[in-house]
Amino acid sequence: MSSKRIVVIGGGPAGMQAALSLAAGGLKPVIVERAGELGGKLKEWHRLFPSMTEANEVLTRLTGEIAEAGVEVMLHTEVEGIALGEGGAHDGAPNGVVLAEGKKLPAGAVIVASGFDIFDARQKEEYGYHVYDNVFTTVDIERMLNGDKVALSDGTAPRRIAFVHCVGSRDEKVNQRHCSKVCCITAVKQAMELRERFPEAEIYSFYMDIRMFGPGYEELYQQAQQESHINFIRGRVSEASPTIDGRIQIKAEDTLVGRPLKMSVDMVVLAVGMKAAAGNEKLAASCDGLSLAPSGFLAPRDMFTGCVSSGAAGVFYAGTATAPKTIGECIAEGAMAAQRAAEYLKSGAKR
Amino acid sequence: MGAVNFGYGISAARGMDLDRNDLGPAREIADEVPEFRACIACGGCTATCTAGNLTSFNFRMVHTLVRRGEYAGAYREMNKCMLCGKCRLVCPRGINTRGVVMQIKRKLGDY
Repeated sequence: MSSKRIVVIGGGPAGMQAALSLAAGGLKPVIVERAGELGGKLKEWHRLFPSMTEANEVLTRLTGEIAEAGVEVMLHTEVEGIALGEGGAHDGAPNGVVLAEGKKLPAGAVIVASGFDIFDARQKEEYGYHVYDNVFTTVDIERMLNGDKVALSDGTAPRRIAFVHCVGSRDEKVNQRHCSKVCCITAVKQAMELRERFPEAEIYSFYMDIRMFGPGYEELYQQAQQESHINFIRGRVSEASPTIDGRIQIKAEDTLVGRPLKMSVDMVVLAVGMKAAAGNEKLAASCDGLSLAPSGFLAPRDMFTGCVSSGAAGVFYAGTATAPKTIGECIAEGAMAAQRAAEYLKSGAKR
Repeated sequence: MGAVNFGYGISAARGMDLDRNDLGPAREIADEVPEFRACIACGGCTATCTAGNLTSFNFRMVHTLVRRGEYAGAYREMNKCMLCGKCRLVCPRGINTRGVVMQIKRKLGDY
């Protein structure tokens, strides 16, 4: 029985889709989720780029299907590591996961869909997050949009807003060399949402490079420029400081004209990046063959045909455990990891 | 005997202050040529510019400065343009660049 069971670590979009695909293939997935409900970080999101689809629509579709399929879900449950020993699909293969207090959950294969951490913007002290009242992150804005309460700390509407790209991405100073890839399009999307709410505001976006890699993203960027009147300035903001009237002054170089630039704004929005999950290291250490990329994300076997495989037989990856990804990419990987896990169980049983 | 000139002086500030700059004329220009707001400053216009290859004229630099409210000299610079329209042929965002030249000439003559 337990050899047909597959443990899915994490109940975000990747984990939920992996479980759904496994269940559809007649296997017995069990989702082990740390939080009190399914959904991962999707729960806190308002709308999704580039279609402006409500995050809740995607969330309820997935959770609804999970309930319908009768997938077993263990909430408030932390995974300590991969379990090794007798009883795996074949000799030496993982045979489940270890939960808190050494309790074992036996399984024939494991899909790691444990996600990412959000970069803590306080580490970029020069931007004044949690120092000045009106410095927010894109995650805060998403929550404010969800509650329909986007405003300055005193409840008034901002007249001038500045987005700062690459906060906690492409930055050696905070040990985050990678590009988190989704923050550019997120900032563009939010700038457009703020434009809808504040038609009179001036909105600026300070970027190093604009990376519009997905279908419809470049079009959204152009729409943000032309129709939403978002002013994009190429240059990294060096610091934010308070002005005498309680606003925030930011400094940057406008690198397209080669001159320093300063301006005061009412609201700063930091486009925070995706950081490797803090638990990756412990998980990788628990099983031979699992390893971390230099970025701290889990390293897949290769980036092409083995992108959902690990270096250990019977352990598969899906979603942002291995790199920053979009919701759609996470769901695609969830399905792919499920298929690979099912193939593994079939061939493993023969050995 | 006059003071010896050691070559020291007070440099003008090079910084752009968007609290002081009047962005009104820039907005007016963009309202006349709406797709101008979609400029990504790729420099295609400058690369192909005949005037820019023979003189110090840099159309991309001038119109980027205009978008920041830095108008000084923009009108004078535009007189280097021969309105040949090659920049419009290469613009990946489909901007009516000649329209931008004409708007700068029309609206920024006083700067």
